[in-house]
Amino acid sequence: MTTLLGEATGQALRDGAAGPERPSRPRNRRSRRIRYALTVAAFLLPSAVPLAMFTLGPMIGAAWISLTEWNLISPATWVGFENYATLLTDPETGEVFLHTLYYIAGYLPMVYVGGLAIALALNTALRGRTLLRGIYFLPVVTSWIVVALVWRWLLNPANGVVNTVLAFFGIDGPGWWTDPVWAMPSIILASAWKDLGFVMVILLAGLQAIDPELLDAARVDGAGWWRRLFSVILPLLSPATFFVIVISLINGFQVFDQVYAMTGGGPGGATQVVVQQIYDLTFRYGQAGEASALSWMLFAVILAVTLIQIRGQRRWVNYG
Amino acid sequence: MAETTLTAPAPAPEPAPARGLRRRSAAARAALARSVLLHVVIVIGALAMFFPFYWTIVTSLTPGTGLSSTPSLVPSDPGFDAYRQLFADLPFARIVGNSLLLATITTLAQLVTSATAAYAFSRLPFRGRTVVFGIYLATMMIPLQVLVVPLFAELRAWGLVDTYLGALLPTLAAAFGVFLLRQAMNQVPFELDEAAAIDGAGHFRIFWTVVLPNIRPALATLAVFAFMGSWNNFLWPLVVLRSPELQTLPVALAGLQGQYTTQWDVVMAGSVVSILPMLAIYLFAQKYVIQGVANTGLK
Repeated sequence: MTTLLGEATGQALRDGAAGPERPSRPRNRRSRRIRYALTVAAFLLPSAVPLAMFTLGPMIGAAWISLTEWNLISPATWVGFENYATLLTDPETGEVFLHTLYYIAGYLPMVYVGGLAIALALNTALRGRTLLRGIYFLPVVTSWIVVALVWRWLLNPANGVVNTVLAFFGIDGPGWWTDPVWAMPSIILASAWKDLGFVMVILLAGLQAIDPELLDAARVDGAGWWRRLFSVILPLLSPATFFVIVISLINGFQVFDQVYAMTGGGPGGATQVVVQQIYDLTFRYGQAGEASALSWMLFAVILAVTLIQIRGQRRWVNYG
Repeated sequence: MAETTLTAPAPAPEPAPARGLRRRSAAARAALARSVLLHVVIVIGALAMFFPFYWTIVTSLTPGTGLSSTPSLVPSDPGFDAYRQLFADLPFARIVGNSLLLATITTLAQLVTSATAAYAFSRLPFRGRTVVFGIYLATMMIPLQVLVVPLFAELRAWGLVDTYLGALLPTLAAAFGVFLLRQAMNQVPFELDEAAAIDGAGHFRIFWTVVLPNIRPALATLAVFAFMGSWNNFLWPLVVLRSPELQTLPVALAGLQGQYTTQWDVVMAGSVVSILPMLAIYLFAQKYVIQGVANTGLK
C-alpha cells in the first residue's frame, strides 16, 4: 500500500505503524516522487494560480506603485520612499488610523458582548430557537450597501424612525450621520447590527461543544451563574473568542463599504477611515502612489496585529 | 445558560424528598420566572433586529416616501409603484441576472479551488507546506483596496475591463475557503484514507469518495459564504464594470441612492430585491451554515 500512495498517505500511515515498512525499490523512487509532486501540483494549482495572479501579483504591483507618483493615466514617475515619508509626516495619516481604531474599539466589544449574550440565551431550551437564530443571523447575509442605506434611512436626522421615536419620548435626537460627533457611532451601530449574528453563530458553536457535565460539576461545587460563566464557559470558549477577535480585527481595519455608503468619510472627515482615505487618494485626488503606500502601511499593521495575536494565543486560548 | 438548560423543561414533579419540598418549588418558580424573562428579552431583541427589514419593506410599499414623510408603522396607501419604477428606469432585471451569474460561477469555482487546496494542506505533506499555507492565510489579510489599482491596471492591459471575465477572475479562489475546508478535512479521520488506500485508492479517489462526502456541511457553508461574498461584493464590480447593463446589485443600489435621494421608496425597493435571494438561500442552508461553522473547529 505504501507503494501506491508513496509518501503521500503521510503521517497517518507512518504514525499508525501499519505494518512493516516495505523496502522501496530505488528504481521506482524517482518516478514516484515526480508523480507525487504532480499530484500535489494538481491539487494546489487551481487555487495557487488565481491567488498568485490576482492577489500576490497585484500586491507586489502595489508595492511598486507605492514608490512612484502616478495618477492612473500618465506614466508613473519613480519617487522612491517619498510617498511613505509624506504619509508619515502628514497628521491626517494618524487621524485616519485613529478613526479606524475608534471604529474597532466601539464595534468589537458591542458584537462580542452582544453575540455572547444572544448565544448564551439561544443555547438554552428556548421555544422557536431556529427561527430566532435565523432572525439574528439575517443581517449577516445582507450586503453592506443595503445595511448602510437602511440605517441611513432609519437614522435620518430630519425624519428617521429613530429620531421620531426619540421625539415621542421628548428627546431631541442627534443629527446622527450629519453630526461629526455621532457619525462614527452611527456607522458602528449599523456594523454591529449586521455582524452580531455572525459572532453569535461562532460562539453558539463553541458553546455546543462544551460538555454539560463540566457545568453540572461546577454547579455541584456550588458555582453560581457568573462564576460558571467566567470560570468554565469563557475559558472553554476561548478558541471561538480568539477566532472572532482575529477575524473582527482584520475586517475592522478594512472597514469601508458602510463608511462609503453612509458618510463617505464625512462630515468634515469625522469618519475618514484608512480605506476610505486610500479610495479618495486614488479615485478623487489621482494619487495612486500615495494610496498604495498607505495600503501597504495598513497591510503591515494588520499583519503585525494578527501575528501578535497568534503569538499571544498560547497565554489565554485553551484548546482543551 | 446552564441554569435554564437544566431547569427550564422542569416542572416535572418527582416525589420530593421530605426535606426540601418548599424550597424546591420556590426554586422551580424562580427558574420559570427566569425562563419567561429570557424569552421576553430574546424575543424583543429579535424584533429589534428584524425591525430594519420590516421598515425597509414598509418604505418600499409606500409610494412617494421622501425625507419629509412622517414615518408610520403601516403603509398608508400600499403599492408596488416603487418596484415598477425600479424595473422601468433601470435595466433592473439584467442587473439582478448579472449578480446571479457572477455569484453562481464564483461559488462553483471557489468550491473547486478551495476543496482541492484544502486537501493538499490536510493530506499531502510536502516541503514548505506550512509556509505556503501561511502565504494563503496572509492573502486573507490583504485589503481588497490595496489590490484595486494594480488589478485594474492588469485587467485593463488584458482588455478585460467592463467584461464578466474581468469581474470574475479575482474571485475564483479565496483563502477563506481553503482555511474553512482544511479545518473540516482535518477532522475527517485519517484512518478512513488509510482504509481506502489499502483498497487501492489513489489521492483523487480518496479526495472524491472519502474526504468530500465527509465535509458536506463545510462545503455547504462555503457555498453560502462564497455566494454571499459575490452577491454583496461592492468595490471591485464598481471599478471594473462600467456599462449600466453589466452592473451588479450593490453598485446599482449605491447609484440609486445618489439618483433618488428624495425617493426612499425606490431605494428601499431595490434593497428588498437584493435581500430576497440571499434570504432564500440562507433559509435553505441555515442548518448547514451553523453546523459548518461549528465544524470549522476553531482550532
